[in-house]
Amino acid sequence: MEKITLASQLLQYLITGLTVGSVYAMVAVGFNIIYNVTEIINFAQGEFVMLGGLIMVFFHVAVGLPLILAFPATVILVTLVGMLLDRLAIRPIRRPSVLTLIIATIAASILIKGAAMFIWGKDPYDLPAFSGRNPITFLGAVIQPQYFWVIGFLVITAIALSIFFDRTIIGKAMSACADNADAASLVGINVKQMILLSFALSAGIGAVAGITVTPISLMEYDRGVMLAIKGFGAAILGGLGSFPGAILGGLIIGSIESFGAGLISSGYKDAFALLVLMAVLFFKPSGIFGDIEISKIKRF
Amino acid sequence: MTLRRISIIATICLFGVGLLINPAQAFKGTYKVGAVFSVTGRTSFLGDPEKKTAEMIAEQINNAGGINGHKLELIIYDSEGDATKCNLAVKKLIIKDKVCAVIGPSLSGTSLAVLPVAEKNKTPLISCAASYKIVHNEKTGKPYKWVFKTPQTDTMAVEAIYSHLFKRGLNKIAIISVTSGFGASGRGELIRLAPTYGMTIVADEKYGPKDTDMTAQLTKIKGKTPQVIVNWSVGPTQVTVLRNWRDLGMSSIPFYQSHGFGSRKNIELAAGAAEGILCPLGSCNIAGLLSASHPQKDVTMKYSKDYKAKYNESLSSFGGHAWDALQMVVQALSNVGDDKAKIRDYLENNIKDFVGQHGVFNYSSNDHNGLSKDAFNMVVVKDGDWFLAD
Amino acid sequence: MLRIAKLPIAIFALFIIIFPWIARQIPAIEHYTDIMVFAGIYCLITIGLSLLMGYTGQISIGHAAFYGIGAYVSAILTVRYGLNPWACMCIGMAVTAAVALLVGAPSLKLKGHYLAMATLAFGIIIFIIFNEETEWTGGPDGMAGIPGLSIFGFDLDSVEKYFYLVWGFVLAAFVFTVNVIQSGTGRALRAIHASEPASSAMGVDVFRFKIMIFVYSAVLASLAGSLYAHYLNFVNPSTFDLFFSIKLLIMIALGGMHNIWGAVIGAGLITFLSYEWLHYFEEFDVIVYGAILLLVTIFLPNGLVGVPGIVKGWFRR
Repeated sequence: MEKITLASQLLQYLITGLTVGSVYAMVAVGFNIIYNVTEIINFAQGEFVMLGGLIMVFFHVAVGLPLILAFPATVILVTLVGMLLDRLAIRPIRRPSVLTLIIATIAASILIKGAAMFIWGKDPYDLPAFSGRNPITFLGAVIQPQYFWVIGFLVITAIALSIFFDRTIIGKAMSACADNADAASLVGINVKQMILLSFALSAGIGAVAGITVTPISLMEYDRGVMLAIKGFGAAILGGLGSFPGAILGGLIIGSIESFGAGLISSGYKDAFALLVLMAVLFFKPSGIFGDIEISKIKRF
Repeated sequence: MTLRRISIIATICLFGVGLLINPAQAFKGTYKVGAVFSVTGRTSFLGDPEKKTAEMIAEQINNAGGINGHKLELIIYDSEGDATKCNLAVKKLIIKDKVCAVIGPSLSGTSLAVLPVAEKNKTPLISCAASYKIVHNEKTGKPYKWVFKTPQTDTMAVEAIYSHLFKRGLNKIAIISVTSGFGASGRGELIRLAPTYGMTIVADEKYGPKDTDMTAQLTKIKGKTPQVIVNWSVGPTQVTVLRNWRDLGMSSIPFYQSHGFGSRKNIELAAGAAEGILCPLGSCNIAGLLSASHPQKDVTMKYSKDYKAKYNESLSSFGGHAWDALQMVVQALSNVGDDKAKIRDYLENNIKDFVGQHGVFNYSSNDHNGLSKDAFNMVVVKDGDWFLAD
Repeated sequence: MLRIAKLPIAIFALFIIIFPWIARQIPAIEHYTDIMVFAGIYCLITIGLSLLMGYTGQISIGHAAFYGIGAYVSAILTVRYGLNPWACMCIGMAVTAAVALLVGAPSLKLKGHYLAMATLAFGIIIFIIFNEETEWTGGPDGMAGIPGLSIFGFDLDSVEKYFYLVWGFVLAAFVFTVNVIQSGTGRALRAIHASEPASSAMGVDVFRFKIMIFVYSAVLASLAGSLYAHYLNFVNPSTFDLFFSIKLLIMIALGGMHNIWGAVIGAGLITFLSYEWLHYFEEFDVIVYGAILLLVTIFLPNGLVGVPGIVKGWFRR
């Protein structure tokens, strides 16, 4: 085997970083959708990713549905789980404070994880890559075809969301709730339905992330937590509530991990990403694209 | 009270009486043995097969009339891989449940956390974890009095791999390991023993137990052009490493896995990427490959057949550690009864040529692990199955 | 919330004194004293954390790190250097205070979820250090052989003796914290919670108070960590992971955040739930745990300390 050049290595780190970062970015976008409407950080966000992967395995591998059917079926099912989460765990809370809402989503995350353990057991599951496993070589770096799917779905998600929030009535109504819920309800927007919708959307995006990443990383019942933390980090780094911020944050964290592992120390790669995150916050307390107004005082 | 309620209560009472007067077998008494495994949590792949194995053995023994007419009562607690929880569970087994011996815990960390408890309460404990520190008191240079263990140490696995590499004339190695207890301990031994076998370590990379992709680490390794890659991990990420290795076109570099790869499930999950992978495995993983004259042939074949029949899944090597530990306790119980000190002495002095799942054990006052280097066989994956490597 | 009565504290102290005796009388709960030792250790952390969160309104998802620093300083200095355990405990608290000051100064300028993320990141970084610095910390397998504690040559080698030591510390911390709450500092803290800009306009040095309480809660966590290390004679990184930080949050939320009693009740309840009672549900324990948590957040927004108020409300109706 010929020696790999440094340039090819760097390119490889970038490609890997962007792919892993795309997954974080999708999780971060999910955080933001719910946060924008409700100011809740939904710690069960990672469980949507896990469910997306495992339900997809069920539909595609166990039931044998073709990709084109299994994909939407999975997204719909996870979306329903997201709506149930709102109905059963979030809405019944009578006097919500930020901490009670955090605890409620943590409790929900524990419940979903436990249920997944019962349904699928503790073993990891594999999903065939969407377009085969023959890697493509590009300037000495290797690209798995699945990488394109992951990055591609991030792009599609971003475009679809920006059309939704800027061009559709419902999207605009959701944005209005984000700006001022009381005012939104005064002009006749059903805030409760908007919250439900935000959970549905966010769960759907989580499912997409899970479906696309499973062929790369496999999926098992307890993988959600780590993804949620990385996604939360990405959302905060980019600035809570900002979609471009979430995507940029995800890609930055993924890249730091990859370059950190390749160039400095793979044992400390997660620490590098978090150190950069803390450093950014200390200089810009509301994240890269965050609005200082949005980070207004929260009570716990 | 309505008639319906009366009839329901009557039925329940009848069933209750039925249960009382109809014990499956009349036992003289019970022998209580405790067990602590990480049945759930992040290291459930260890504790789950261990618990299933122990329950299966207890059931088999009790169906066959128990130990000298005594029922074997197995009390299993789940440590979830948590040191605090494990420590509490072992104390509870000893103080409240009054067991005569404890098997487990599953992890090196949790075993070290309960070691003082076993010593202080003078209760024999047979750990199912790898680290040699469990049976080696650094202050005295001898084993702890009450603590034994069944799994091979990482040292033995590393020696098996290094001997094999030495034979092939390969000496430029790259290490990649998971940042868990298992990975860190194996990595430590790989580094410590490298000079003895003339190995040069050109790369030493790590990844987290829940990481998505290890392409970056492997790319770095690729740049260092090693002759061999040795991966030390358990759980799903070791499969991801394999796939990344193949996708990066690194298949020309031989890939060695640790004994943590010892489950057929991993070969399936690797989706073809496991072809040609080498790893050291205990006999229980490869019962079918052993020659008919192999001392462990019978016990390993029986275990693998029983396990498959009861749980409808192929066994992993970890269950075998619990098999070894529990069967030793059972042998001690049938010879000396449930006195803790006698069980300890029996284990130390009378476990000789004990044919287990992972080797033939010989405990002594200087060796509470009782296995030799040849407890491992080098195995290669061919056509999706294990074969003995030359 | 303003005044904390003396009588409940006296009853609490009495309960602690007789607890081991009661446990000894009933074989089924004989081992509860052992669990109570850990409950006490967690109580020390939640008392500080409750002051920080409930009274100052600052969140921390990184207190497992301070707990871990205390434990590891004790472990490393006693095992590798053979220092006196009590001295190590104090060094641990000093080190933790310094780290808390260093991290707290920039972090506490952050608000809400940003502060949550910063403390969470700090906690994970410390956890990675515990794992990676194998030469010092023993790596993921941990460090064994940490000596037990003794006072004036009197070994605290039994569960009951250690129980009294730990709960002695808890009572002291509790009384001290209550005094803080009822002093001028406490009024300043509540003012910060109500409105930072207003209190700062009234001349309260908001930032100094926040830092003070953050460091105080970190030092209590460090003390708890040292007590843990000397009791178990062993430490490993996974004891101090993110999940433990979250567990602390759960304890406080379950007990009731705006009342210092909530910290004690929450710590005790979660400890017994996760170490003992949920065991009866075998593998269903995770689901039951999640369900209990969710039901409490939904029906008892003020935590368990809110129950008497709710009951009173029923009677008035």
